[in-house]
Amino acid sequence: MSTTNHIGKPTSRVDGPAKVTGAARYSAEYNVPGLTYGWVVSSPIAKGKITRVHADEVLALPGVLQVFSHENVPSLAWFDRSYKDDVAPGGSPFRPLHDNEVKFSQQPVALVVAESLEVARYAASLLRLEYEEDKHETDLETKRDEGFEPGRGKTGWMPPPPPRGNPDKAWEEAPHRMEAEYVHGAQHHNPMELFATTAEYHADGKITAYDKTQGVYNVQQYLTKIFGLKKDDCRVVNEYMGGGFGAGLRPQYQVFLAVLAALELKRSVRVTLTRQQMFSFGHRPHTLQYLKLGTNADGTLAALQHHALHETSQFEDYTENVVNWSGMLYQCDNVKLGYQLAKLDVYTPLDMRAPGAATGSIGLEIAMDEMAYAAGLDPLEFRLRNYAEQDQNLKKPFSSKKLRDCYHQGAARFGWEKRTQAPRSMRDDAGKLIGWGIGGGVWDATQQKSAAKASITADGHLTVSSAAGENGTGTYTIMTQIAAETLGLPIEAVTFKLGDTDLPEAPVQGGSWTAASVGTAVKNTCEALGEKLLKLAQKMEGSPLKGAKLEDVEFVNGQIRLRTDASQAVVLRDVLQASGETKVEADSSAMPDMLKQQPYSMHSHNVVFAEVKVDEELGTVHVTRVVNAVAAGHILNLKTARSQVLGSMVWGISAALMEETVMDHKFGRYMNHNYAEYHVPVNADIHDLDVLFVEEEDDIVNPLGVKGIGEVGLLGVAAAIANAVYHATGKRVRDLPIMIDKLL
Amino acid sequence: MNPFTYHRATAVDDAVRDKAGHSNAAYIGGGTNLIDLMKENVERPTHLVSVGKLPLAAIENLPDGGLRLGATATNADTAWNDEVKSRYPLLNQAILAGASPQLRNMATNGGNLLQRTRCYYFYDLATPCNKREPGSGCSAIGGYNRIHAILGTSEACIATHPSDMCVALAALAPTVRVSGPGGERSIAFEEFHRLPGDQPEKDNTLEPGELIVSLDLPAKSFEKNFSYLKLRDRSSYAFALISVAAALELEGNTITDARLALGGVAHKPWRDQEAENMLKGQPATAETFARVAAKVLENAQGQGSNNFKIELARRAIVRALRQAAEGSQTASDVFLNSNP
Ligand SMILES: Cc1cc2nc3c(=O)[nH]c(=O)nc-3n(C[C@H](O)[C@H](O)[C@H](O)COP(=O)(O)OP(=O)(O)OC[C@H]3O[C@@H](n4cnc5c(N)ncnc54)[C@H](O)[C@@H]3O)c2cc1C
Ligand code: SF4
Repeated sequence: MSTTNHIGKPTSRVDGPAKVTGAARYSAEYNVPGLTYGWVVSSPIAKGKITRVHADEVLALPGVLQVFSHENVPSLAWFDRSYKDDVAPGGSPFRPLHDNEVKFSQQPVALVVAESLEVARYAASLLRLEYEEDKHETDLETKRDEGFEPGRGKTGWMPPPPPRGNPDKAWEEAPHRMEAEYVHGAQHHNPMELFATTAEYHADGKITAYDKTQGVYNVQQYLTKIFGLKKDDCRVVNEYMGGGFGAGLRPQYQVFLAVLAALELKRSVRVTLTRQQMFSFGHRPHTLQYLKLGTNADGTLAALQHHALHETSQFEDYTENVVNWSGMLYQCDNVKLGYQLAKLDVYTPLDMRAPGAATGSIGLEIAMDEMAYAAGLDPLEFRLRNYAEQDQNLKKPFSSKKLRDCYHQGAARFGWEKRTQAPRSMRDDAGKLIGWGIGGGVWDATQQKSAAKASITADGHLTVSSAAGENGTGTYTIMTQIAAETLGLPIEAVTFKLGDTDLPEAPVQGGSWTAASVGTAVKNTCEALGEKLLKLAQKMEGSPLKGAKLEDVEFVNGQIRLRTDASQAVVLRDVLQASGETKVEADSSAMPDMLKQQPYSMHSHNVVFAEVKVDEELGTVHVTRVVNAVAAGHILNLKTARSQVLGSMVWGISAALMEETVMDHKFGRYMNHNYAEYHVPVNADIHDLDVLFVEEEDDIVNPLGVKGIGEVGLLGVAAAIANAVYHATGKRVRDLPIMIDKLL
Repeated sequence: MNPFTYHRATAVDDAVRDKAGHSNAAYIGGGTNLIDLMKENVERPTHLVSVGKLPLAAIENLPDGGLRLGATATNADTAWNDEVKSRYPLLNQAILAGASPQLRNMATNGGNLLQRTRCYYFYDLATPCNKREPGSGCSAIGGYNRIHAILGTSEACIATHPSDMCVALAALAPTVRVSGPGGERSIAFEEFHRLPGDQPEKDNTLEPGELIVSLDLPAKSFEKNFSYLKLRDRSSYAFALISVAAALELEGNTITDARLALGGVAHKPWRDQEAENMLKGQPATAETFARVAAKVLENAQGQGSNNFKIELARRAIVRALRQAAEGSQTASDVFLNSNP
């Protein structure tokens, strides 16, 4: 029996105690000596020029150190490429305080730095700027005919595949057809923790930036390029994060401003954004989707067309994969996918949990429901009849795909067979309408290059590190599990460190690739360390492991022992003691095995069953039950994985029923930019959520067999709810969120 | 937020005097609204007079059978007070439908009456707003006005009063006792809040410097047949799109007395006495309720994004009156009233 098998176990968060006791420090909580405070002033207009900055008026206030604006920013890097971060889309990145141009409402236009937060905030409220306003355009509706196909995208973006078959003719001739437009407005990430940077200025001119980011290396290279700093002189740290959801993928303007001020003033500076300013640096874009589906008499898809248009800024072409999924989730030989952007006077949109797929799955999955009804088929049966056995976009088999099991197990758990097909045909005891709907999706399983290092001390404590991110997903925990299991140690004997550019490089935490990428690097590194430990063990007098190769031994229960004979073992701690070393170290890295992966399409899948109850008279909808069945390879930690999917489901309920940032186009400004009016669910909105994992064996995706769980759970949730609302009421709502007014 | 001085008053006259002695002063209760407004620079008092330590936190019976709610009693203490729970359950329900437990623990009764509108534009200095800056214009008219008023609006302002508690109070009709530089006086609740007219900067009829001392509820409490129905964008912790306080007295199925007030529809908690009179003497039936609802909304006017409120209010009135007639509020719908 092994007590050190941790992978797959529902291990509690190793960082939990630090978080609940307040020992965990967030970016705005590093109280470095001599700290000063910066307060950001935001533009009230959406487009125009700053004609004057009355800095002198507030510089006179006691305690004010400086007012930074385009008028006094020192000359910085000149070329666009210096401002491009790893995940920047094509175009010219926004440069804070660069010139007098205002490109979007709430653009940072000045930073007031003072000896205290209160003085900085007060001074900022008094700072007068004069503007010359230009006419802005922020309404996507006005740009319907001005969409363009992006020629350049950010990393990970794929233009839609070319059409296959004859999608127009097939649609025209299909016996059952549907076409409809689907819309949702902008959404903002709104993690609880505000974006903040504490830029510590060291006596030797070096900077340590405690920054809220999902990628410390990404921020480091951004800062070094812009400010001409050497890497050694610019350390970026993020140990804990109160939620990211993609908002921390790109370096945000608070880190630029804090470091700028610190270098100029030669003082440590903290900049924390306000909740209102959290609506100023990227969002899930307002998107219009048009779908046309045709079905044959036997219920197979004859044609599928999916076109999307979403907003981007005037200066960058933000891209996400909205429609590509529609070419691979269902079997269809006649497919046309289109994807366009339109430029508006807004800030560049930004990846937000399951970017593109969350949006695309709303269009596709509501359309599939409409199609099922038009063809007279149960929506689950319709999906089963169109099950994709291979990825038709890539013309490759899947490395693994247990979506069919998800359909069956999810339906059984939910009780789908009791559903009656006709809308308005189900009611509860109190007479409320009941609706049952289905939705789902597909997401990439990818791996990025990552490095790690490991060190074990004489007392048998293992420390493993990699500059990965942890935005609450469970990175600390699963990496600890992987390391502990690889070297046969208890969880408590392992410490995992992350989020620091002094540690080996890891990619930004996004795309659900951290488990696969950093996890594999951790595994490789611990194996490299294991090899060293084996050598040391073999040097011990009378070692039972003499002559054994690494494959011949296993690391279990704090021992190294022969696989063939568990009694032939040495205790790891004895090995270390006998070696006389104070510590043993190893480092390694991991890359995806391209050769192995090339023939396959690698994806995770899910299906969602949702129940709503509708008070028809009052237009209120409550999501009473959701079952989410997920096939995402091997699950490393049932507890944290389930939490990830639960969070996704809550967010799906949010997207379906309440979440939207509303723009007043007269001002080109988001008006509900606060937590009171930007609605996300509260506990009272959340009822029975059930998560079911269908394990997949997959040694193609990566040696751990994991596909990532951070995003797939969100897919299809909003669509399943919208479909359930249709089933309950007979009303098809195609613009989300479905608020009271849309059901009256 | 600007710098300010602070005085914690210990007696009513001390509070009134201290406020009068400072040019730009404000009373502060729980601060749950005022501090937010100060952070947004919507309000910029330079002196705060805290009412938290005034001896006004008691809830006590009045000789006429009514109940006195001290101005500085918290919303939570008020809602959970035994007398309130048993005799004024409508008020209990309305308070609990508002905000969150944390906020209700801080918020005071006086502050609840004086909380300001949640109009997006009022809160955002980047946009014109007559209430914040008289004469600058009303951005909500022709703008995004989903949460705005449908009754009693003016060309200057279409904001709503956001309180839940005040909707129940409008139905229960207490008097508001105030104390100011000119002495003490009582204001009928109905007269306390005002419509915007051409002075939207004025939310109420308080004179400068006046302090709310208590709310004196009359004995009549409609403890049997009442309903507070709140419709909002999520199940808790959201302001009302529409709320209805309905209270009935019945003999058999005949309505002998009625109160009806709406929230989320106007610049003040909207009590409709004509509608109440229409209910009296009528059978408690769906037809009666529908007729009355139509009457309440006779002059309702949508502003674009809030057009739906007219129909929603109509349905909500009918539902609330039905719940009141059935006496079914206590078996409350978990989805609609999930706050406590
Ligand atoms: C996020 C959020 C959600 C909310 N949701 C709801 C909701 O759903 N329903 C609802 O009804 N409310 C809601 N509220 C509002 C809440 O009820 C009010 O903020 C609260 O009642 C105000 O009371 P207070 O004591 O904190 O007032 P304060 O903020 O202290 O003061 C408010 C105003 O009253 C004045 N004042 C205070 N006491 C007195 C007095 N005795 N005499 C004269 N003037 C006085 C102050 O000068 C100030 O102008 C919400 C608030 C927030 C922040
Ligand atoms: S409705 Fe009233 S509060 Fe809102 S913008 Fe208009 S004037 Fe201001």
